[in-house]
Amino acid sequence: MLLSEICEIVNGTVVSGESRLNQKAEYAFASDLMSDVLTLKVDHFVLITGLANVQSVRTAEMSDAPYLLLCRGKEVSEDMLKLAIENNILIIKSPFSMFKCAGLLYSAGIKPVY
Amino acid sequence: MHFEYKVEGGDFTLAGYASSQIKKTLKQLGADPAVIKRVVVALYEAEVNIVAHAYRGVIYADIQPGGIILRLVDEGPGIPDVEMAMTKGFSTASPQVREMGFGAGMGLPNISENADSFSIETEVNKGTTLTIEINFK
Repeated sequence: MLLSEICEIVNGTVVSGESRLNQKAEYAFASDLMSDVLTLKVDHFVLITGLANVQSVRTAEMSDAPYLLLCRGKEVSEDMLKLAIENNILIIKSPFSMFKCAGLLYSAGIKPVY
Repeated sequence: MHFEYKVEGGDFTLAGYASSQIKKTLKQLGADPAVIKRVVVALYEAEVNIVAHAYRGVIYADIQPGGIILRLVDEGPGIPDVEMAMTKGFSTASPQVREMGFGAGMGLPNISENADSFSIETEVNKGTTLTIEINFK
């Protein structure tokens, strides 16, 4: 599914990495626990999280998962934005909860990692 | 190629900087993306461990034709029970560390899983040295 479609489904706002909206993602993983994200063997998945700090962006970078979906309207700090721009990471901000974002994307055909 | 990075305990803003630099270098060298991911995941977890648990540390990275050797030397409280620390789910992390998305007792097992060779030398009240080796093939 195109990232632009994903953005639309979650009523999202693009904060950084707009050029990635025409890329496709097949999988998503929802977690606030970055250590858990770092155990995944797949890459280019959408990281759905409520964790709004620099480490969620770093984890996206280290996991080769350049698509970060930040739930519940959490604000993106200056440090997060700087790091996301440096590493060309797409950040989409959604007003929906993590549960709702995950549910909507699952229903639309995005696959779970497990 | 040899690289050194200083890491300050408690400075979460910069946690991951060294891992990011190593990732960029390995990419430039044309290393296999799957190997790069193993290296940076292991290194990032280890780097976060220094920030989370130690006072300060240094990361030494040696990139050789056959692989990479990472040594993370910290000054800190050390690990009283290494076997326990290697157990999935065991953690002594502070609430602040947990708020950053870590401290669930997954770091050391994850480093071990990604490394071809992994060793821990530690002394209580002095510090810990991790040695991580990952082959390129």
